[in-house]
Amino acid sequence: MNIVVCVKQVPDTATERKLRSDDKTLDRDAVDGVVNELDEYAVEEALKLKEAHGGEVTVLTMGPGKATETIRKALAMGADKAVHLIDDALHGSDALGTSYAMAQALKKIGFDLVILGSESTDARTGVLPAMLAERLGTPQLTLANKVEVDGSSIKIQRITDYGFDRVEASLPAVVSVVEKINEPRYPSFKGIMAAKKKPVETLGVADAEIDAAQVGLDSSWSQVVDFAPAPPRAAGTIVKDEGDGGAKAAEFLASKKFI
Amino acid sequence: MSEILVLVEQVDGEVKKVTLELLTLARRLGTPAAVWAGPGYTPEAKAKLAEYGAETIYVAGSEEITGYVVAPKAEMLAQLVGEKSPAAVLVAATAEGKEVAGRLAVKTDSGVITDAVGLGDGFVAEQSIFGGGVNVQAKVSRGIPIVAVRPNSTAPEAAAGAGAEEEVSVSLSDAAKSARVVERVKQEKGARPELTEAAIVVSGGRGVGSAENFSVIEGLADALGAAVGASRAATDAGWYPHQFQVGQTGKTVSPQLYIAAGISGAIQHRAGMQTAKTIVAINKDPEAPIFELADYGVVGDLHQVVPQLTEEVDKRK
Repeated sequence: MNIVVCVKQVPDTATERKLRSDDKTLDRDAVDGVVNELDEYAVEEALKLKEAHGGEVTVLTMGPGKATETIRKALAMGADKAVHLIDDALHGSDALGTSYAMAQALKKIGFDLVILGSESTDARTGVLPAMLAERLGTPQLTLANKVEVDGSSIKIQRITDYGFDRVEASLPAVVSVVEKINEPRYPSFKGIMAAKKKPVETLGVADAEIDAAQVGLDSSWSQVVDFAPAPPRAAGTIVKDEGDGGAKAAEFLASKKFI
Repeated sequence: MSEILVLVEQVDGEVKKVTLELLTLARRLGTPAAVWAGPGYTPEAKAKLAEYGAETIYVAGSEEITGYVVAPKAEMLAQLVGEKSPAAVLVAATAEGKEVAGRLAVKTDSGVITDAVGLGDGFVAEQSIFGGGVNVQAKVSRGIPIVAVRPNSTAPEAAAGAGAEEEVSVSLSDAAKSARVVERVKQEKGARPELTEAAIVVSGGRGVGSAENFSVIEGLADALGAAVGASRAATDAGWYPHQFQVGQTGKTVSPQLYIAAGISGAIQHRAGMQTAKTIVAINKDPEAPIFELADYGVVGDLHQVVPQLTEEVDKRK
């Protein structure tokens, strides 16, 4: 089975994240990059499926040069090879542009299964997996907390507000995973060393047959009009519990008409 | 004024509150038209949608619409967009709502904005990003605006609309029917409201101490008619089911009132609750970062404070 796992480098949540004043995009240079946490579950799931069914795991990322750190981590976990979609023309692409570029790259790579995290911790739009399924014309098996493959058929459990749906489809398909579907492995020393020798192919816009007029900030389907740091919340009232803390909190809730 | 399509969210035929909020928003910006997707449409649903301002109700009642993952809803909406040329499409910013919005955006070559917490003239949407640290105004610049709006972004206000029904028949493509839902498993959640939609959320964290002790959190939630949430520390410890986790990798909530008990307030948690209108924190540690956000904070042991609060709430009912 030919599995492509899409990973994204995101700013470490623990650092202060900013938008650039010049073009209002995320300032990726100012912060440490880490692998998007939900994508680690995607890598683990891809590796488990490969272990069970054979085949190959290819890592695909789109991002600036710095994103190679994220590729190395996925390779160190055990993926076989990687494709880095990298081009200045892609900077500032919104979800529509990104999904278009990724879909073009995926068509070029070829796949039985695409796996990715259900959202990224930076933009948190949660739309990319559905957009990829739409663009690739493959079944959308998203928000999975369980994945089973049997030959060319695939079953998932899709988490919902009321519980979960059991969903069935045929490969090729796009799967997005949620937290806790598995326990992502830590790269071993051997894995880290081996990752240095694994092939990483770079693809530019022209290589992936991406129409440059459909990607990048100027072609985005949406734009940031303005932004500002959130005003600090007005300092609240903090009391120490002296046996009456619950009653005092109730007074506060009553003053706000919650009770 | 031009029509604004609102995709109805419903459970077993009952219209969810977020849909009434979206109709209220749509009324300020155009003529609201509700879109019903799938079976279960009833006279009660019609009455509710009209009560909150739907001038037209498009009913796509085919079972096929909900028999497959997301794609049929997007295809049906794309067909309506083509026929009616609406000024905008509003959906609820639930996990599935956003997926519908994403596919619809691709189909109609239109921009999409997710997790709006407000929507103003010219469909300029307000968003709160980076765990609530930055406020953004964004708008769609290509195609028609498709906006996924978070529950509790506005208070629903009734204002009668005509509620004229129009049936929508859709012939779905094979691609839209490729991920088949073979079973829906409903997990018992009792009488509590849904976490992402609840007006009040009571969450417990590390300070709760055990799975058994979550009954303290549930007691307060039930007294307030609230949903129960949990921090990642609590779900990782196995004290509360993972689907109730509030935070960066879990659910994002935006309630009128958020009560955090025994939660320190790390950035990962704040990312899931910072847009709550009023925040109350109960924590033993006076240095806990959650107190920086709190409108009201009690420094104390939640095992003492929360039961007392529950008792007071019950008394005042």
